Amino acid sequence: MYIRDFIQLTTSAVRSHRMRSFLTALGIAVGIGSVVLLTSLGEGLHRFMLAEFTQFGTNLIGINPGRVTTGGISGALISNIRPLSIEDAQALARIPQVVDVISVVQGNASVESGKKQRRTTIYGIDSAAPEVFKLKVAAGRFLPDDPPRAARAFAVLGSKVREELFGTGQVLGKRIRIGSERYRVIGSMESKGQMLGFDLDDTVWIPTAKALAMFNRESLMEIDVLYKEGSSADEVSEQIKKILVARHGSEDFTITTQEKMLEILGKILNILTLAVGGLGGISLLVGGVGILTIMTIAVNERTNEIGLLRALGSEKNQILGIFLGEAVILAAIGGFAGLVLGVGGAWLLELIVPALPTHTSWTYIIAAELLAAVIGLLAGVLPARRAAALNPVDALRGE
Amino acid sequence: MIRLQHIERFFQVGEEKVHALRDVDFSAAKGEYIAIMGPSGSGKSTLLNIVGLLDRPDGGTYELDNIMTTTLNDKQQADVRRHKIGFVFQFFHLVPRLTAEQNVELPLVLAGVEKAERKGRVQETLQAFGIGDRARHRPDQLSGGQRQRVAIARATIMKPTVILADEPTGNLDRASGNDVIEIIEDLNSRGITLIMVTHDPELGDRAKRRIKMVDGRIEEDIGKQI
Repeated sequence: MYIRDFIQLTTSAVRSHRMRSFLTALGIAVGIGSVVLLTSLGEGLHRFMLAEFTQFGTNLIGINPGRVTTGGISGALISNIRPLSIEDAQALARIPQVVDVISVVQGNASVESGKKQRRTTIYGIDSAAPEVFKLKVAAGRFLPDDPPRAARAFAVLGSKVREELFGTGQVLGKRIRIGSERYRVIGSMESKGQMLGFDLDDTVWIPTAKALAMFNRESLMEIDVLYKEGSSADEVSEQIKKILVARHGSEDFTITTQEKMLEILGKILNILTLAVGGLGGISLLVGGVGILTIMTIAVNERTNEIGLLRALGSEKNQILGIFLGEAVILAAIGGFAGLVLGVGGAWLLELIVPALPTHTSWTYIIAAELLAAVIGLLAGVLPARRAAALNPVDALRGE
Repeated sequence: MIRLQHIERFFQVGEEKVHALRDVDFSAAKGEYIAIMGPSGSGKSTLLNIVGLLDRPDGGTYELDNIMTTTLNDKQQADVRRHKIGFVFQFFHLVPRLTAEQNVELPLVLAGVEKAERKGRVQETLQAFGIGDRARHRPDQLSGGQRQRVAIARATIMKPTVILADEPTGNLDRASGNDVIEIIEDLNSRGITLIMVTHDPELGDRAKRRIKMVDGRIEEDIGKQI
């Protein structure tokens, strides 16, 4: 039999029951549509999250005080953690691959200017912060590279704080009060937007040593190390570890490389996408059961026809092929409709809710289409095999 | 040439084993016109199905045009059926969703004949059976007689050597029944072997050779040539 004739013969059966074929294909369409739509959302989220995290650059290594372990004994019992100090940060700056080191302290305080007052996030930070965090200065300059213990009381305002306190007016040289101390504003930053709910614009940047004193802390909250492009993150973190162990006597800190973090994040997000794709897969499965049902009915209804085809000289394999072909055509039509539904739905969703990131990945589209065809095949196999195995005499008799 | 020797066929009906054919010997020369008659359950349809390779005997041998069919596998039997045997059924067995034309075309499609060649052959055959103007009608738009003509056209389009007819007029009124019989007899007069199962004695008497079956045995064989 020619392929063209085969397709014509199988489509004629699908066409002869329009409503039934439509509903069966619809089951698959809903399945494929939801797989495509849900994975589009998952992929969109994936990309969105990665973009959020990489906006600070990827050559970053973070060091936090304390050791993240699961020893079973509370750290409070034998707390021999030494604070991370500004001197530790300075020591790390001597590693050859390291470009910049910044020490970070963060806290909350109220900022006053004249009669206006605002409670905001205060970052104690070094002069290198704009390079490391990829921040841009809008006016004036960032904090100067003062010796840490003799830092002057300068402050740089995030765009939102500047707006709230000074409106559109001049800010450079203005005096503000943070906590109980007076600072002079030497610059303001460009808007950076939110990162996972933290508003980076609603901040005031001051020297680290000043912040330590203000919040009455001994230890830095974090040291961030920016290393040269192309250097190995593992190698750099190994050197950091060596230096800090030498200074502290033991490993009482945690090193997190951005690379590792992104890798873990990527893994988590992939699993998330896979999980929502799996949810869509369930409806695809239901669609497959629909095909199985309809094909079983079709074989029962067309027992006579099967007997006739055998009498006209069809081989068992031809009968098998005809019924398998019908199942696959139903699945393929449904699959295509589902693709339109899913891609269109994702596009529409992005149009209506721009905040919801969607990204339709070809990998998932192709996987879903293949899955539809395979489900069609699987759902068709049982009824088609039954059709092929029918005894022609019995099949012709069944009226 | 058809030669069946020592054919046995059993059926399991519930607990009971039914002996449908008991040591049947049967031969037919090319071009013969044979009517098989007998009460229902006598095994006449079973014999026809075995001759048509739709059913396999449990014992004995069957030779068709010098091919020992009993040793062929399913695929080879399908091939023999396709090229040598044409069936005409009591209930026509037309595919309801296909037009008359497409129904007649079906054996050619299954055999993998080129489309260009098919069209000509189908038109020719439909014209020959007087249903050329019904080519694009579906079976439910045709009368009983017309349906059986389409079925006969389908049975002959592969130019078989044998036509097997199982009660071909059983579902038709007298006028269209006669019509159909004349068409089938006309085919026989052109050299196609015709084996017809019927329980209508009037119809059976038209055949040159008449076989009567009772209880799975051939009881009477009148007008045998060889």
